Amino acid sequence: MDVQTEAGYDGNALAGPLSEVFAVEVTTAVGRCRGCGTSSQLATLRVYGLEPGMVGRCPGCEEVLVRISRTPDDLWLDLGGMSALRIQMSNSSAEETGQ
Amino acid sequence: MARAAVSGGLRVRRAWRPAVLVERRAETPSASTLVFDVPGWPGHVAGQHLDVRLTSPDGYQAARSYSLAAPADGERIEITVQAVPDGEVSSFLVGDAAAGDSVEVRGPVGGWFVWRPEDSGPVLLVAGGSGVVPLMAMIRSRDGTDRAPFRLIYSVRAPGDRIYDHELQRRASEDGGLDVSVVYTRTAPEGEPRPTGRISIDDLVSYGWPAELEPTCYVCGPTGFVETVANLLIFLGHDPSKIRTERFGPSGP
Repeated sequence: MDVQTEAGYDGNALAGPLSEVFAVEVTTAVGRCRGCGTSSQLATLRVYGLEPGMVGRCPGCEEVLVRISRTPDDLWLDLGGMSALRIQMSNSSAEETGQ
Repeated sequence: MARAAVSGGLRVRRAWRPAVLVERRAETPSASTLVFDVPGWPGHVAGQHLDVRLTSPDGYQAARSYSLAAPADGERIEITVQAVPDGEVSSFLVGDAAAGDSVEVRGPVGGWFVWRPEDSGPVLLVAGGSGVVPLMAMIRSRDGTDRAPFRLIYSVRAPGDRIYDHELQRRASEDGGLDVSVVYTRTAPEGEPRPTGRISIDDLVSYGWPAELEPTCYVCGPTGFVETVANLLIFLGHDPSKIRTERFGPSGP
């Protein structure tokens, strides 16, 4: 196991757990790293671990941007590594809301 | 709403729902396609994935993500699963699962590594091993569209590892807008002119699109493969914002 040195997955793997929380597809949202300022779509984060515990790191500096941990009753979402999360509301997928 | 909701797959909040296995067929000795009926499936976009969750009799649960392999047929969907060593979910799906078995799925999810038929520009698909699965969904979604030109570069260890081999050959021969090139890293078939070896910049130049055509590039495979290919594409002048990547694990397929 060299998952400590190489991310096993990327932010695409966050889509499932986050789909239970957010009403929009959030892996296309852009997060800004509090450490280095890099803006990244969540789909491009380096992701370590599988549910119930996942960590998403900045592709620019490896700072932790997202932590997700799942307990039987709760989902803990730590976005503390991000100074902002920009969620596009006027794209084609937003127009599909009514379906 | 079932069929009309195809693109709505990007918007609805997801929860686990039951899925019943209706068919399993072997693609290679270590990969199988599984067809599920999922009541209430809202449709999906090529490139999206779902999460599959298994629950053992003692309540232990394990979930993994798998790419959808084809457009939905109503509430019928399919995934292709590569068995990974000690994979607690994949070993069941490829080995023991039988028609009638129930699992839980959550999806479709993901909105970044997707291709929509209305995207008409050229597309470069680069697959490492079972990374071909979401790219096959994109190829299968070209049917009935105005057919954006596609090129697939498919890296496998040996000829027996090629998933969808016959269908890819058939589609490439019937469809002038689809080119398929296979790169062998360990063992090549008789008469293959390219020496075996990892995918190289020469392969991307020979079998891909020139950067000037501004193709959208989809790269899927093990982490190291994806990093290598993405870096080579950027070196060749491709716009990083047109390179979409999906990594499914730290080591080979």
